[in-house]
Amino acid sequence: MADPMRIRANVVGDSTEVKVLMNHEMETGLRKDAQGKNVPAWFIQNVTATYNGKTVLSAQWGPAVAKNPFLSFKFKGGAKGEKVQITWTDNRGDKRTDEATIS
Amino acid sequence: MNPRRRNLLQTGSGMTLLTMLAAAGWLQPGMALAEGWNAAAFDTKSMDETMKALGGGTPVPSKGVTFVQTPDIAENGAVVPVGVVSAIPNTQSIAILIEKNPNMLAAVFDIPPGTEPSITTRVKMGQSSNIYALVKADGKYYFAAKEIKVTLGGCGG
Repeated sequence: MADPMRIRANVVGDSTEVKVLMNHEMETGLRKDAQGKNVPAWFIQNVTATYNGKTVLSAQWGPAVAKNPFLSFKFKGGAKGEKVQITWTDNRGDKRTDEATIS
Repeated sequence: MNPRRRNLLQTGSGMTLLTMLAAAGWLQPGMALAEGWNAAAFDTKSMDETMKALGGGTPVPSKGVTFVQTPDIAENGAVVPVGVVSAIPNTQSIAILIEKNPNMLAAVFDIPPGTEPSITTRVKMGQSSNIYALVKADGKYYFAAKEIKVTLGGCGG
């Protein structure tokens, strides 16, 4: 199981700003190891953010997203004490969901 | 030109493509592919191919698409912050494309109504290159370009 994400969600005016830091290697599949063999690709493909059961952002990523990806976005609404959930799926089928309380 | 690659591009349908990839031994059995991941789009090498794979027409340059928190010179190509803001009404998705990376498309973000068309993330860049922010709004495509100079490459090693 992958390491947890760090999520921060803050109310800014009438919207909520979400910042996510994920823990992932994000191997491109193009890099070679010391033996000259290709390191297999391993990267996050899908990211979904939900708030109150509603999807507020969904993304498809390629291997060009940096290691330990950072993501920030804003959505309308959201109140203190409510939860935002972030889920990612990588190309090995690994999955992780974390949630944060809006403050 | 690699003939197999041409064939792959012509098939169009995602299912056939996956089957062919598996047959060609590019995908190991048991490697689960996430649903809703546009494998064809992430394998493209040029703007035209990417647009075709995303199912769009020719994008037009627009002042409504801007980069924020994006450097002119990136010291480390492995971590280049990129922020894209769209002022175009009804923005449906934002994509980030890097011209000189091995595969051009870096990320696609779908923006549902109620979410602000403003995204910040970090990407890898192999070398100095133009990057494009591609915005889909009301079914039409708009883009903005910016050159980022990279002093240390972030792809390969």
